[in-house]
Amino acid sequence: MNQKYVINDEIINQIDRVKRKFPEMESKSSIIESLLIIQHHNQGFVTKEIIQALAKYLGIKEIDVFEVATFYTMINIKPVGRNVIAVCNNISCMLRGSDNILNYIEKKLNIKVGESTPDKKFYLKDEIECLAACNGGPMMQVNHKNYENLTLNKVDKILEGIK
Amino acid sequence: MNIKLCTETFNLNNPASMETYISLGGYEAWKKIVERKSSKLEIINKIKESGLRGKGGAGFLTGLKWSFIPQQAKQKYLVCNSDESEPGTCKDRDILRYNPHAIIEGMLIASYAIGASVAYNYLRGEFLDEQWKVFNNALEEAYKNNFIGKNILSTNISIEIYSLIGAGAYIVGEETAMLESIEGKRGMPRIKPPFPAIKGLFGKPTIINNTETLASIPKIMLNNEGWYKDIGIGNSEGIKIFSMSGHINKPNNYEIPLGTPFSNLLKLSGGVLNGNKLKAVIPGGSSVPVIKGEDMMMTTMDYPSIAKAGSMLGSGGVIIMDETTCMVSVLHRISRFYYSESCGQCTPCREGTGWLHKILSNILNGKGTLNNLDQLNKIANQIEGHCICALGDAAAMPVRSFLKHFWHEFEYYVEKKESMVS
Ligand SMILES: Cc1cc2nc3c(=O)[nH]c(=O)nc-3n(C[C@H](O)[C@H](O)[C@H](O)COP(=O)(O)O)c2cc1C
Ligand code: SF4
Ligand code: FES
Repeated sequence: MNQKYVINDEIINQIDRVKRKFPEMESKSSIIESLLIIQHHNQGFVTKEIIQALAKYLGIKEIDVFEVATFYTMINIKPVGRNVIAVCNNISCMLRGSDNILNYIEKKLNIKVGESTPDKKFYLKDEIECLAACNGGPMMQVNHKNYENLTLNKVDKILEGIK
Repeated sequence: MNIKLCTETFNLNNPASMETYISLGGYEAWKKIVERKSSKLEIINKIKESGLRGKGGAGFLTGLKWSFIPQQAKQKYLVCNSDESEPGTCKDRDILRYNPHAIIEGMLIASYAIGASVAYNYLRGEFLDEQWKVFNNALEEAYKNNFIGKNILSTNISIEIYSLIGAGAYIVGEETAMLESIEGKRGMPRIKPPFPAIKGLFGKPTIINNTETLASIPKIMLNNEGWYKDIGIGNSEGIKIFSMSGHINKPNNYEIPLGTPFSNLLKLSGGVLNGNKLKAVIPGGSSVPVIKGEDMMMTTMDYPSIAKAGSMLGSGGVIIMDETTCMVSVLHRISRFYYSESCGQCTPCREGTGWLHKILSNILNGKGTLNNLDQLNKIANQIEGHCICALGDAAAMPVRSFLKHFWHEFEYYVEKKESMVS
């Protein structure tokens, strides 16, 4: 477990492309997008080793990367299920029945928000606020893809279609 | 009159392609500016004269904001705010995926006018799948056609545009929090002054505008003086997208002249769901005060009229609530949002949003007292005006307006331990 994380060449290439967006001295600016890139290649979460390796590569302090990793909700610092489900239940969606949708998914997957299924197939995100698709409510994102105007039937089809 | 600015491409085939955009006169304004080497001051004055107001929430005059930039400063930045996350608001996401070139052209013109050689468009992280890809494709197309980059259209003008992606944090939509985020830090709003136009990104003068604001720029520049102003109805100037959501038959984005009666907008969007009676409207995203349905029916969709009705036009996120809506539940949900999104820097906001949410949760669980209702008002007063950024006010304003207009419903809930409506 305590194995050192090495950023591979493909990831380095992508991070270098991020770095080119900013003035040379501003190394911290690349943290957010780099974390998203690495997380994408690491089953959806980052580890202490990853944070250390990224800090080293960007030439900044570990705490700087850690602070970002913990502030932004899309960066996971714990292992999560392979497919991330986020059901918006802010007002516009709530008015259109999002609470029913969320309850239904919790029952169907037999987990609560914030949990992953035991087979690690699904992760039901906690505290999902407005996802800027209010006129398609109720809506959810599965792996960042929007599914709108949900019905229980639709939810069944969507979840069954996921590997 | 059926003028569209930002939504012009929305219903066309391949709406996001450069071809579509150019077929509608896209990049003409930018080409003219580049070829004639237009005066920066002239552009800023034209935007000022148009009366264009920022469409991200605060409604600040765009031309005036641009004029605050110290022109002699060498390095300056433009930032486009595509963090859209105000509950009820979903217009920028459609501009990003259906009309990205209007944003790019607007960013180019704005950068030129303020003398910025680098511009960033910051998209919220949750736009990663669709909007991020579409916008990046459009950027690539524009680079290929030499509208952006070094020596634009073979002149000595050079402007780089980069897209940035967030990672989940509502507060980053606040302009100074966005600057912190671009600098690679936690998204904590800065104390103003200094204002970003003087000391912004990486310490340099920076202008931050909303996506819809910037996407409106090309058409304003392309047309004669007075054109934009005249779109408005009555004493209003210009046009705005309203995101209609909640209990409405045809939820969608509607770009209509400012000054349009609310009743017309309601009709346009198919009327209240199932023909129900209109109970209340939040006219500008969840941060603004709620208005009773009958009062809303008397307003026109513009800044002064909505202000007169006791609320704000804000981001243009119009949330429709019918007679079946439990106002206690809605306010409880709103309070959860501000509690979870407070960045925690200011004590009144950090503690106050928590108290508001806790008291409302108690009421919802049948454990509320009448005294709690007064407490809610008191806490809201203690938050408002005592914080670094407007999130504190945004948490307070809904509380006071819900209590003011629907006091009897809160009272009923506390006494009967159940909702008055269901
Ligand atoms: C808590 C908070 C969240 C905000 N979120 C957004 C947002 O998501 N998008 C946006 O354009 N402006 C947002 N704003 C307003 C910005 O601070 C800023 O006023 C705006 O981007 C300026 O652009 P404009 O003048 O073109 O409207 C927010 C403000 C606050 C206080
Ligand atoms: S008002 Fe709230 S969100 Fe804004 S800076 Fe203060 S604590 Fe942070
Ligand atoms: S309230 Fe659900 S997407 Fe906005």
